[in-house]
Amino acid sequence: MKRNTIFTIAAIIVLGIFVFVANTTFDSYILRILNLCAIYTVLGLSMNLINGFTGLFSLGHAGFMAVGAYATALLTMPIATKQMNFFLVPLISPLDKIVWPFLPALLLGGLLSAFVAFLIGAPVLRLKGDYLAIATLGFAEIIRVIFTNTQSITNGALGLKGIPGTTNLWWTFGIALFTIFIMVSLINSSYGRAFKAIREDEIAAESMGISLFKHKVLSFAIGAFFAGVGGGLLGNLIGAVDPLMFRFFLTFNVLLIIVLGGMGSITGTVISAFVVTIAQEFLRFLDEPMFPGVPALPGLRMVVFSALLMIVVLFFRHGLMGTREFSWDKLFGIFSKKPLAKGGTK
Amino acid sequence: MALEMFLQHLANGISLGSLYSLIAIGYTMVYGILRLINFAHGDIFMMAVYFAFFGVATFGMPWYVAFILAIALTGVLGMTVETLAYRPIREAPRISILISAIGASYLLENLAIVMFGGRPKTFPQIAMFTDMVQIGNIHIQLLTFMIPVVTVVLLIALMYLINKTKSGMAMRAVSKDIETARIMGIDVNRTISFTFGIGSLLAGVGGIMWGLKFPSILPLMGVMPGLKCFIAAVIGGIGNIQGAVIGGFILGVGEILLVAFLPELSGYRDAFAFILLIVILLFRPTGIMGEKISEKV
Amino acid sequence: MNVMKTDNITMQFGGLTAVKNFNLELNKGEIVALIGPNGAGKTTAFNMITGVYTPTKGRVLFNEKSIIEGKEAVKEKDITGLRPDQITGLGIARTFQNIRLFKDLSVLDNVLIANHLRVNSNVFEAIFKLPRYKREEKQMIEKSLNLLEKVGLAEHRDEKSNSLPYGQQRRLEIARALATDPSILLLDEPAAGMNPKETDDLTAFIKRIRDEFDLTVFMIEHHMQVVMGISNRIYVLDYGITIAQGNPYEIQNNQRVIEAYLGVDEDA
Repeated sequence: MKRNTIFTIAAIIVLGIFVFVANTTFDSYILRILNLCAIYTVLGLSMNLINGFTGLFSLGHAGFMAVGAYATALLTMPIATKQMNFFLVPLISPLDKIVWPFLPALLLGGLLSAFVAFLIGAPVLRLKGDYLAIATLGFAEIIRVIFTNTQSITNGALGLKGIPGTTNLWWTFGIALFTIFIMVSLINSSYGRAFKAIREDEIAAESMGISLFKHKVLSFAIGAFFAGVGGGLLGNLIGAVDPLMFRFFLTFNVLLIIVLGGMGSITGTVISAFVVTIAQEFLRFLDEPMFPGVPALPGLRMVVFSALLMIVVLFFRHGLMGTREFSWDKLFGIFSKKPLAKGGTK
Repeated sequence: MALEMFLQHLANGISLGSLYSLIAIGYTMVYGILRLINFAHGDIFMMAVYFAFFGVATFGMPWYVAFILAIALTGVLGMTVETLAYRPIREAPRISILISAIGASYLLENLAIVMFGGRPKTFPQIAMFTDMVQIGNIHIQLLTFMIPVVTVVLLIALMYLINKTKSGMAMRAVSKDIETARIMGIDVNRTISFTFGIGSLLAGVGGIMWGLKFPSILPLMGVMPGLKCFIAAVIGGIGNIQGAVIGGFILGVGEILLVAFLPELSGYRDAFAFILLIVILLFRPTGIMGEKISEKV
Repeated sequence: MNVMKTDNITMQFGGLTAVKNFNLELNKGEIVALIGPNGAGKTTAFNMITGVYTPTKGRVLFNEKSIIEGKEAVKEKDITGLRPDQITGLGIARTFQNIRLFKDLSVLDNVLIANHLRVNSNVFEAIFKLPRYKREEKQMIEKSLNLLEKVGLAEHRDEKSNSLPYGQQRRLEIARALATDPSILLLDEPAAGMNPKETDDLTAFIKRIRDEFDLTVFMIEHHMQVVMGISNRIYVLDYGITIAQGNPYEIQNNQRVIEAYLGVDEDA
């Protein structure tokens, strides 16, 4: 077996041990943060596929997350909880009667999101640049408004409460790992190259035989699938969803992560998801009273983050990793420092 | 529906449309010159409202002083945003510029939350504007008539500025071709600053009138109007000032009439703008007044 | 044998007629050149043929080869207004006047991408590395490396394409176009910016790939050395109108051409 494969398997085993230990010993606050880190990894990778690798400026990600979150929630909630939630207008059939296990619910949420992406993509992906950004933003808002008004399916503005907390570290880290592998495999495949070609130069890509529309929709739908899964994980972690959760702010958060990590890098997104999520928690103290006599300044935390985004975009445009990726070869290259001629890496 | 009801709705629609137009102009001018969506524009509008509020409520200035000061400050704020957030990365890839715009918007919103607090405040109600007037069977605020009048006056002034003055000519030149304008000796930076300033001033006026009409003010009050006004600009043809006005009125009147005639759909009021946007982008992406641009291969 | 022809194609941009009634005929194995002063409409003609523009008037006709009941058959297909990717799929490939390589991607990746249109595996097979995809990927890489060898760029395979010197970038663009398995190759000013030695190499190179890959070549060129050196026939455009066509000798002695163009030898 190749050396790299061995190391990858070893790393997965180490991760598995970590998750086992964490799940049994860490306190729930830290577990929640770790879960969020993994979920944002999934969300970040899903958005990075569309925005970073295919170069489509899509700002509608929150819409896909909403579809997945609501679908998973509705499918996994016990019947009694559903009845309690839908006290104004009853939930439509058959949703009011069925309860699914977590995995199929997540999958269906993802597939539904992908389907929505396909519907939206068909008209919208013909647009370029700013127009695409605003159109996708518009669609995300339309989805949100629809969710706020369809009392019999989504419970409208009241949202859903009491969603079973089926999300745990095994699920989040497991799915995050799965997402990473899928993305790596996709990006390094012929289709991934086609996506990158579209990002680099659409006109040249088309002239080299790549159907722009088909590939943009493909990237869009795959990204939406994982966004839906991420949304489902999120809903079943927090335990409640409502339309206000899925405003543009959520998309912005994910955008922040992929920009900071480097928009063309899977490694960057993964690292950034963890760093940003942890930092956002860590900086919560900024919202609390800091010095005696000085009142709390809620919102300061987000001011810092917005400023951070501005600084990165102005001075470190390529984020942490740019388009570079992690590889075992490179990691050992740092340690071996053999001259190039003798097989050391550049 | 009775005629009077309809007229009342129409008046409100025209009022709202005027406000949308004033803000949409700012978007369209900036896009025309820099091909940039100034996401922060809606938040600049929000700041104007707060400036005016603090002028009257906290510093106790007479309203005309507070309003003028607020409008002026808003213009300065707009130019500051341009200098700090857009000028440094003018040559960067589009995505970076867009992200910077979003970042600037968020920064302003969160600064507002920190400085002003998240709870709604009440914009000062000035009798001259909010007094009701009775026409036939309907009661309408004086303000509802004043808004379109003020808007038209400002528009005439703006068109004069753009078509008959040197600064206006500079703006038109820069929006056609930045490099050539620069070579021809136009101070591009100053012209761009000026454009932001004018757009922000108009948003400032719009903001104050908005505050008078809808007195509950919040730090995030600029988000939805900002988005809708950008959509209005796109509908009218982004980069085109008359288009922005047309778009603003279509959106304002349409929104009010939608809720008036189909009250069961009033929850979808905000979605109306987005749906209109999608329709326009699909069938006539350059907008009502826009021109087609083709890329040289 | 005719492989492609255009039937009075015309391109109008608003009030401006960029190309008027252009009638092209390409026969198998020919090297045909399109010359004319700057702004004559040459690239516009290219763009109409490759689907970047849809002609305002006229048709583009391609003789499509297929196998019917075991026998090779040729059918004339109207390809006017098809998308560029569809046209490339039929076997008509092109390069660009201002090199349009995938700048941030490696030399090898640039060529690999051009193989994508011939991939039959779907995206699931690609992600999960199913057998059919693995086979296709292996073939793609072999074929691409072969092409890179033929243009002398194999040793640069992992370098970023925009780090190559200009002449090599042009060759890479040609290799990339070749990877789409074309039967007709359209070259837009392949010799632009080259010195006399490079131009000689390029001339020989075009002949070589024409023979080796069984191509028909249609090129826009200003370097008269290349044009007169290897073209079978030449079309001359001026202000969108075809003012002359014929073999190199006829064109060199054509009064109208001389007037429009003054036969500038770029090497002088």
